[in-house]
Amino acid sequence: MSERPSTPAPPELTCDRCQLPLVLGKVKASYLGNSFEVELSCCPGCGFIYVPEELALGKMAQVEQALEDK
Amino acid sequence: MDGQQVKLWESRCIEEFPPACSAACPVHLDVRGLAELLRKGDLRAAHAHACRFIPFPGIVGHLCDHPCQSACRRSESGDAIRIHELERTIATAGFNAPPFRRGRAMEKKRVAVLGAGLSGMTAAADLIVKGHEVVVFEANAQLLGRLRQNPNLPASILEADLARFENTGIEFRYEQTANAATLADEFDAVYVGTGPAGQSDIDIDPLTYTTRHPKIFAGGSRRYGSHYSLITSLSDGRYAALSIERMLQGASLIANRDSQGSQASRLYVNVAVHAPLPAVAPADPAQGYSPAEAQAEAARCFPCHCLECVQVCPYLEHYGGYPKRYIREIYNNETIVMGARKSNRMINSCTLCGLCAEVCPEQLGMGEVCLSARQGMVAKNHMPVSHHDFALRDLAFSRSKAFALARHQPGHNESALLFFPGCQLSASSPDHVARFYQHLCAKVDGGVGLMLGCCGAPAHWAARDDLFGETRADFRAEWERLGKPPVITACSSCYRMFTDHQPDVPTESVWTLLERIGLPDAGGVPSRLTIHDPCTTRHESAIHASVRRIAHQRGATIVELEGAERTTCCGFGGLAQLANREVADKIVDRRIGQNESDHLTYCAMCRDNFARRGKRAVHILDLLYPDGDAAARADPGFSARQENRGRLKRGLLRDLWGEDVTEPADDIELAMSAEVQADLEKKLILLDDIRQTVRHAETSGEKLIDQKTGHFVAQHRPVAMTYWVEYSLEGGRHVVHRAYSHRMQLEIAP
Repeated sequence: MSERPSTPAPPELTCDRCQLPLVLGKVKASYLGNSFEVELSCCPGCGFIYVPEELALGKMAQVEQALEDK
Repeated sequence: MDGQQVKLWESRCIEEFPPACSAACPVHLDVRGLAELLRKGDLRAAHAHACRFIPFPGIVGHLCDHPCQSACRRSESGDAIRIHELERTIATAGFNAPPFRRGRAMEKKRVAVLGAGLSGMTAAADLIVKGHEVVVFEANAQLLGRLRQNPNLPASILEADLARFENTGIEFRYEQTANAATLADEFDAVYVGTGPAGQSDIDIDPLTYTTRHPKIFAGGSRRYGSHYSLITSLSDGRYAALSIERMLQGASLIANRDSQGSQASRLYVNVAVHAPLPAVAPADPAQGYSPAEAQAEAARCFPCHCLECVQVCPYLEHYGGYPKRYIREIYNNETIVMGARKSNRMINSCTLCGLCAEVCPEQLGMGEVCLSARQGMVAKNHMPVSHHDFALRDLAFSRSKAFALARHQPGHNESALLFFPGCQLSASSPDHVARFYQHLCAKVDGGVGLMLGCCGAPAHWAARDDLFGETRADFRAEWERLGKPPVITACSSCYRMFTDHQPDVPTESVWTLLERIGLPDAGGVPSRLTIHDPCTTRHESAIHASVRRIAHQRGATIVELEGAERTTCCGFGGLAQLANREVADKIVDRRIGQNESDHLTYCAMCRDNFARRGKRAVHILDLLYPDGDAAARADPGFSARQENRGRLKRGLLRDLWGEDVTEPADDIELAMSAEVQADLEKKLILLDDIRQTVRHAETSGEKLIDQKTGHFVAQHRPVAMTYWVEYSLEGGRHVVHRAYSHRMQLEIAP
């Protein structure tokens, strides 16, 4: 996964519970015992991490497959 | 995977055997490759290709006795390819053969060649390329003396071939005769190729060209007398040089020489599929083929390949190879120590349908190979989770209380038979299952028990032997509790699983039973249907016959494709559809494209896959219970499949067993466009996953809101998948705008 998300969260997306706009934050991504750090949009209040569809089906799926084939 | 077994499988794929022409050529000239280049009109490349095999392309092009042509398989459908004429066209096209280049030997040795005929000069060429010092002794004043007297060989052609020897470092000693035994004292090896006039008392080994003297090798026209063959004489020089090289290196002279010399090939070629074609006649026979004529003649070459399996299987075609190569890749995939296992998806994309073994001249089945590889992957914990996870969760659903059921017929304490409709028919046509069960109950004395559940096929296909064992144990416990009645299966995969893996369970297909007990009452509707036999019934001729007779009784005129034993998979077998949608779609698309008429099948998954890809198709039960335009019925999709199973069980409990079962109320009512629904289906996201995610967001408040659209974005990770749903609330309904999922787990970094 790239160091930065391929598509940052749109500015109009806010946390419904905390009523706060999302900010980029460091996130630990793990799969099959491997983990690494990435920057993703998160709620600064509750820590809700947002994954856009392009990321989930793109780079994230690629990394998942690469780890499954490792 | 067992290495010995892998070698056995590999040995049964014959695609890599040479075509008959190359096998018949003593030096195995790649005639098929030449024809392919000529077919493209690339004479220059064809010439260069010939020069790689033949040291004297000009001479051979004019004088070869072409044993290749007699072996040509084209002769079984028209005339043999005029290979010699093609060689001549190449030889006279005016291209210069590349000169030989002296190689670098690790340990340079000195070799004497006696006689500068074709065999001696070939040996000299091969040994100089290997980097040795070569001295040629010729009794006459010229090289290739006898060939110079041949009126059919222009001198310019001979000289052009000899030009390849210039500046190679070979030392030619003209007008010198020498004694081989004496030379053997001075040189590390000696080749005697002195022609028919030479010493005749040499005893030559036909495989290694060795003589009684360990350093002296011999061959060439001396071996043939009146049966002289130019190309065989040339090949003697080549194989003697190989022996000399091996002797100089201290290697075995006899190892790996099985393919040496002219021989028959094991390559299977289905000649019958090629229409007969006569040879192209050159406009001027004395001049031979023009380039255009040669191109037309080369285009008659099939070319010879086996590929019987690849031609019938979109999966085998998809990966661009053939079984022998795949088997090697699959074995490497398992034994690789570092790096990615690149063949995982290929291994999981096979439908295990068995068609390849059916058409293979050696009965090699890739399904057996792939299943064995899957077992190895599971055993070593290398099976990619994502490939089979969805199918195994679906299996878990079928084993759960939501669907599983095992009962005697209402009002009975024992069962003469046990009906096992299977999970996919129940998922596709729950109403048919319920009606059909009642028909069985009405027609069979002694009670017909009912068992809803899974036969374990998905676990077997995923090589999850543990889970397959558990599923079989579930079945056995209930079957024994019901008194071990004979099992009647409606699904051909269930039939396969029971007969192959629980042979002590008496199993019969419902279609053969139905013929004995009689069909449900309903009028036949005339129809014309192409029958598709499920791949899991490939050799079940009694079932094939029963289904055809049943369809006939219902007014159907049956159109056959290649016959039941050559049937294909619908793409679902082996869980291929879940591991590789692209390949599975190619498989089903090829099948449904075979003709225009509606398809008739007796596997619910086949019918629904045909429908999913736009083919009008009916299940045999649609003929038993006619109701409108059944062939237009859409694929229910994965969500409805699970819901239908649950609904079937609840309906049966209510209607047949009189239990008070209520339908679960949906707290989350979903709505979405057809596009979104199709997208979810492709992404293997169930409506139940969506409901859980929305429910989680609504109860916990954990969701995002898009201030511009007012849409909510929710996420939920019930077990190993995170589901994302974008939805809005409209009139009390949750309108789904998109959903997706990932497996990676995320948390705020500490």
